[in-house]
Amino acid sequence: MTKLTQKVENLGQMTVQALERLGFAMRLFWDSFYWLIAGRKYKQRLRFSQVVKYIKSEGVDALPIVLMLALVVGMMLAIQLIYALEAFGAESQVLLAIAKSVTREFSPLITGIIVAGRSGAAIAARIGSQTVSQEIDALNVMGVVPVRYLVLPPLLALIISMPLLIIAADIVAIFGGALFSVTKLDMSISAYMVDSFNVLVVGDIMQGLIKSVVFGIIIVLVGATTGFYVTNGAEGVGKATTTAVVVSISFIVFADMIASFFLTK
Amino acid sequence: MTSQNHKTPDKVIEVTDLVTHYGTRKILDGMNFEVERGEIRVIMGGSGSGKSTLLWYILGLYKPTEGRIKVLGEDINQISFNEHLKLKQNIGVSFQSGALFSSMSVGENVAFPLREFTDLDENTIRIITRMKLEVVNLGGFHKLMPSQLSGGMIKRAALARAIVMDPKLLFFDEPSAGLDPVVASEIDDLILSLRDNMGMSMVVVTHELESAFKIADRITVLDQGKNLLTASVEEVKKSKNKRIMDLLQRRSRHDKLDPEEYLRRLTQENYTLS
Ligand SMILES: Nc1ncnc2c1ncn2[C@@H]1O[C@H](COP(=O)(O)OP(=O)(O)O)[C@@H](O)[C@H]1O
Ligand SMILES: [Mg+2]
Repeated sequence: MTKLTQKVENLGQMTVQALERLGFAMRLFWDSFYWLIAGRKYKQRLRFSQVVKYIKSEGVDALPIVLMLALVVGMMLAIQLIYALEAFGAESQVLLAIAKSVTREFSPLITGIIVAGRSGAAIAARIGSQTVSQEIDALNVMGVVPVRYLVLPPLLALIISMPLLIIAADIVAIFGGALFSVTKLDMSISAYMVDSFNVLVVGDIMQGLIKSVVFGIIIVLVGATTGFYVTNGAEGVGKATTTAVVVSISFIVFADMIASFFLTK
Repeated sequence: MTSQNHKTPDKVIEVTDLVTHYGTRKILDGMNFEVERGEIRVIMGGSGSGKSTLLWYILGLYKPTEGRIKVLGEDINQISFNEHLKLKQNIGVSFQSGALFSSMSVGENVAFPLREFTDLDENTIRIITRMKLEVVNLGGFHKLMPSQLSGGMIKRAALARAIVMDPKLLFFDEPSAGLDPVVASEIDDLILSLRDNMGMSMVVVTHELESAFKIADRITVLDQGKNLLTASVEEVKKSKNKRIMDLLQRRSRHDKLDPEEYLRRLTQENYTLS
């Protein structure tokens, strides 16, 4: 009995904590854009060079792994879809199926997961260790708004780089599909590629791009929030890194489902 | 310089009836504290008596439960967020742990406030940074990363960053804690010369008696969240207050515990470690 009440109590506490952090993350998002616009007026300028630095470390540096996995996912889709479609004698539809599912679903999802693992973890670790070593307090007492300095630049960097990563992933994943499909369909790779782009409509591409921006925002906000909440020194930083990755990937998958539902008519 | 001083009020800090909590734990309990312009004020008190906490609240890192805090004439809990940001540019802080940015070199750390708040060109920033590093005797060390510095160098680099904007008010938390006596004494000299040459008002937290007596104009002794005494060095030395004498002789309040009671406490059964 007492154990049960304690469990219920713990659950209640965890819910309160989760809601508190959700509120904190929303606040970060709002503040980021406030300082993006009001920064100049209050000597809280966004440094362009900082955004460029993050575009490199979070976008460009993620490109090789994103492209490699996109290629593999494209091939895997081709294998599975041709197998499934053969049952109906509809192998020719594989091109359409790959093009649509890659642009709408797979390339944003795998890119989101990879970037969450790289950048989400990095942001949580960076902000977490700065919280522990009082660097955040130092910023505060100097009059530098931490959100403007630590959250806004990576946020903008991901909002810019995620769509670009997605477009690259789209192309490579379709190419991966082509590698496996062309023999079955008896067509050239270039013809396959051209046909794929022809079956795509603006809505397909847009769905992927919108999702990718949402995922980028989730990754930065979850990483930063977990970082700012770090207590317990170095051990806390390690924990925060893991938490940031697990939580942001979970959110990404849920957000993906919701977005798919609303964007697919 | 004179026009700046002209604007600085007579009382650079006025804390009135401050009550603060961490969670539900009350730390400061009706604290009153004033610092005059040009003064070096030393805050003393046992470990955990709330010295750093008092600084955090004066710096506006947390919101008080009750009471009023005025810094350079402004009530920091009444002014707008943006006015407070501007006010902070007149205040320098050297943290107990240094709190240097670990991803930046010493030089970049010191230059950081200049880059953020001034429109100075790169050349001027370099010169000012160099000058401030020389003030703290770190002239040639600008390229080192904070992780490569010794304890005394960290404190001095943090001090250089704190004074780079020529603040009117400087806070220094435990400047000599953990340093060997020679280095500690050098830092004391530095503090004195900063006040004499730049006219800064300063609040220094320390529990090194010798250092306190050397640099302080007046000493404030904190005890159980209150201002137990604020007095000149001479008066503090002569004080007959038992708590102050304990503090000065570094006796803790647990020293005169009955041995049996002590043993009983150690073997208490409901004492768990987590
Ligand atoms: N951020 C914090 N959260 C909770 N408790 C704190 C925090 N900072 C300090 N404390 C507690 O407040 C008391 C006063 O701490 P502090 O002001 O650091 O003391 P001092 O600097 O005089 O040694 C201590 O008991 C300490 O454990
Ligand atoms: Mg302290």
